[in-house]
Amino acid sequence: MKKLLRLSVNGKPREDAVAENALLLDYLRGTLGLTGTKQGCDGGECGACTVLVDSQPRLACSTLAHSVAGRSVETIESLSAEGNLSRLQRAFHEHLGTQCGFCTPGMIMAAEALLRVNPHPDRAAIRASLAGNLCRCTGYVKIIESVEAAAQEQPV
Amino acid sequence: MNAFRGVGARLPFVDGIEKVTGAARYTADLPAEGALVGMILRSPYAHAELLEVDTTEALKLPGVRAVITGADCDLPYGVIPIAQNEFPLARDRVRYYGDPVAAVAAVDETTAIEALSKIHLRVRELPAYFHSAEARQPDAVLLHDSKPGNIEREVHNEFGDTAAGFAAADLVREELYECAEVHHAMMEPDAALAAFDAERGHLTLWSVSQVPYYVHLTLARCLKMEMAHIRVIKPFVGGGFGHRTEVLNFEVICAMLARAARGTVRLVLSREETFLTHRGRPESQIRMKLGLAKDGRITACEAEVIQRGGAYGGYGLVTILYSGALLHGLYDIPAVKYDGYRVYSNTPPCGAMRGHGTVNIRFAFESLLNSMAGGLGLDPFEVRRRNLLQAQTETINGLKVLSYGLPECLDWVEKASGWRERRGHLQEGPIRRGLGVACSHFVSGSAKPVHWSGEPHAVIILKLDFDASVTILTGAADIGQGSSTIITQIVAEVLGLGYDRLRLVANDSAITPKDNGSYSSRVTFMVGNAALDAATDLKRLLITAAAKRLKVTEEETEWLGEAALVAADPAQRISFDEVVEEALVGTGTLMVKGTFTCPPEFQGGKHRGGAVGSTMGFSYTAQVVEVSVDTELGKVTVEKVWAAIDCGRAINPMSVEGQVQGAIWMGMGQAISEETVYEQGRHQAANLLDYRVPTMVESPDIAVHIVESLDPNGPFGAKEASEGPLSGFPSAFAAAIEDAIGLRFKELPITQMRVFDALQKKPPLAVVDAIPAVPAKGGA
Repeated sequence: MKKLLRLSVNGKPREDAVAENALLLDYLRGTLGLTGTKQGCDGGECGACTVLVDSQPRLACSTLAHSVAGRSVETIESLSAEGNLSRLQRAFHEHLGTQCGFCTPGMIMAAEALLRVNPHPDRAAIRASLAGNLCRCTGYVKIIESVEAAAQEQPV
Repeated sequence: MNAFRGVGARLPFVDGIEKVTGAARYTADLPAEGALVGMILRSPYAHAELLEVDTTEALKLPGVRAVITGADCDLPYGVIPIAQNEFPLARDRVRYYGDPVAAVAAVDETTAIEALSKIHLRVRELPAYFHSAEARQPDAVLLHDSKPGNIEREVHNEFGDTAAGFAAADLVREELYECAEVHHAMMEPDAALAAFDAERGHLTLWSVSQVPYYVHLTLARCLKMEMAHIRVIKPFVGGGFGHRTEVLNFEVICAMLARAARGTVRLVLSREETFLTHRGRPESQIRMKLGLAKDGRITACEAEVIQRGGAYGGYGLVTILYSGALLHGLYDIPAVKYDGYRVYSNTPPCGAMRGHGTVNIRFAFESLLNSMAGGLGLDPFEVRRRNLLQAQTETINGLKVLSYGLPECLDWVEKASGWRERRGHLQEGPIRRGLGVACSHFVSGSAKPVHWSGEPHAVIILKLDFDASVTILTGAADIGQGSSTIITQIVAEVLGLGYDRLRLVANDSAITPKDNGSYSSRVTFMVGNAALDAATDLKRLLITAAAKRLKVTEEETEWLGEAALVAADPAQRISFDEVVEEALVGTGTLMVKGTFTCPPEFQGGKHRGGAVGSTMGFSYTAQVVEVSVDTELGKVTVEKVWAAIDCGRAINPMSVEGQVQGAIWMGMGQAISEETVYEQGRHQAANLLDYRVPTMVESPDIAVHIVESLDPNGPFGAKEASEGPLSGFPSAFAAAIEDAIGLRFKELPITQMRVFDALQKKPPLAVVDAIPAVPAKGGA
């Protein structure tokens, strides 16, 4: 059964008829075409679908769309305001925090959530906060360096 | 304007912006309005005769547009032309739990799931074998009729006189090593999208492949279509590590469904299905025997390898050949005997995985070498230094080594890790620290492609047109390793142009030249050389045009890339746009082709299987691993890794670092936690929680040092950097644990449970070493 879902996605209010059992991931990717958020596993294993719900990192693959009614959802597409990269996006690009790129949107959103509450995290804090986001290419070394580089910059 | 130079620049990936913004479209992201949903019915039996696949009910279900079975394709496929024994959908027999049996295309997922439930199988179950030893029993049912003993391929060769070598040794040891099966677990699950143009009878397939050309060939074969009626496109791909270096059943199935439904079908596999598609590194048993002289010189090596290959051929015969071939080329060994057995089993098929064929045997070799160094009272670095090759040389099995930076690699990791001061002097207490070292190598492209067609090994096209932009057309599959960036850097270096003028278009068979694909670390070396060739030719044309416009000779013209001028009179200068204008006069759009061909003398020894392992350049890596071991809990932490790689020349040092770090880390996963687990053939770890990929918490800092040996044949001297570093990790790790707690592990992965158990029954290592060495055998 579909019912009306009202929420904010990337700063814009939305009203969509969405199946009651639809996952947030499928709503974002299917209904809204926001394919930056990835599905890397069968549910809650890899972190590739990490989005922000009221600034908190959430796994869109394990969240019912209707459970975030009335709340503010942010995806990777929201970060490059007016076409420019965010400091995390720029750092991941310039420091090779991304290789194949599949984990990258989720990784950047998890890092975004971290920097909002802890603007200058040490390596242990970065490791702990991003431990739920798997990457298979980088060995994480350059991801950690990217987050550190972004933290050095002032938020845009 | 051009913030980065060409070769040697730490250039961010040319496709990196799309990746960090989420704009990059992977196969599952491609817009396909109204696409049908494809789904696969998989065998619930590990081994059974397929008596009937009844699709009647499924076909009647409203919303079902196609149901296909093994009856729809009667030609087997497989990456090795002489070993094709797999069908996209099983015919007559299913051979592993998860083997595709039928597939449906339906209007939505719910309907597709229901349709699968209405397909009925009638089978006669057969005995199933989950380990090599069971499959090799004399009375075992054969998985493939033409393969007695369930042996897919046996390899036996001896180079040099091993009997004499062991007789001359002062210390001979033989050990057994076991490595669990591991899986690539690339982040993007398998997916394909197929569009069948019913009016024209044409097919377009988008897939996650590392080898779109092989996919193209296989689609034509299995669907009995003209190659000219097929188009294969590779969008962004979320890693591969070898999983996608052969055609995979779901790609063919998706295309078959699209044709049967006369429309467009999207087939996205679950993570569990991606695990079942497998193609990873096989479970291996290795018997390794080495002879060493007192001074550490290796006098002989003998190895026997048994690989549990899974249900189908795939790359299997190449893997078992690689294991023997790559015993050579790292050290100077006068005699090597190798016996390899690739065994069929009722488990998902194994295949190529990063460090193809060499990782497990390198673990055994380096582990034994480390332990024997201890037995001779020699430092592990010294033993390695006694056995270095002298480039340029040819190994006893016919592999050429023209550049060899391993000595410098050893020097750097020894110094950077503080080996001499710190080893054996790390703190005591319940948490013990240790250091271990190992070396490794890998090919820069297989010198002989699996489909031998007589064509060059690589082709690149550069298109220069009225807009004064250069489009690089390549079939090389960038799957995240950064090959598109490397190719672009080479072109930028030669032409001296800014990156804003260069555009790279890859992997659309309708547009880009054929490429064999991203495997055996071939792209930088081979496609890089083709790019160098094309750019050099284009530059020549541009200099001719510039000279003409400047009304001087070519010798009098100075090329600045973005401009050209008269050398003797720099005021006479024209822009790149003017050069292009002149170059197009009378000819129009310029299409310049570059090629690279690997000469026959590099294609390996004359013995059977001699082509496997042959390459124009090996990468070399030395690494030191530091661990801490909690002696109460058995918990091992990798504290730090120092790695030095000889990649010939770092076309992009940042990318080399990223590849080396990723490779070493993947070796760490295999060493500390990763293993597939089958219970009566059913995968017990087909998800990313039970299959323990290391998280950021257990991942160490990895310091990378680049040694540039400048290979005479690599583009600007470059060799591979992405596979070699992996295979040194497990043995360096095991050696570090031994250094910390005196216990020697010979099975991978070395889990906390294994360490804990060993600590409980620990006889201190001093006792093990007190056992007299195996006496040298005279002529045995």
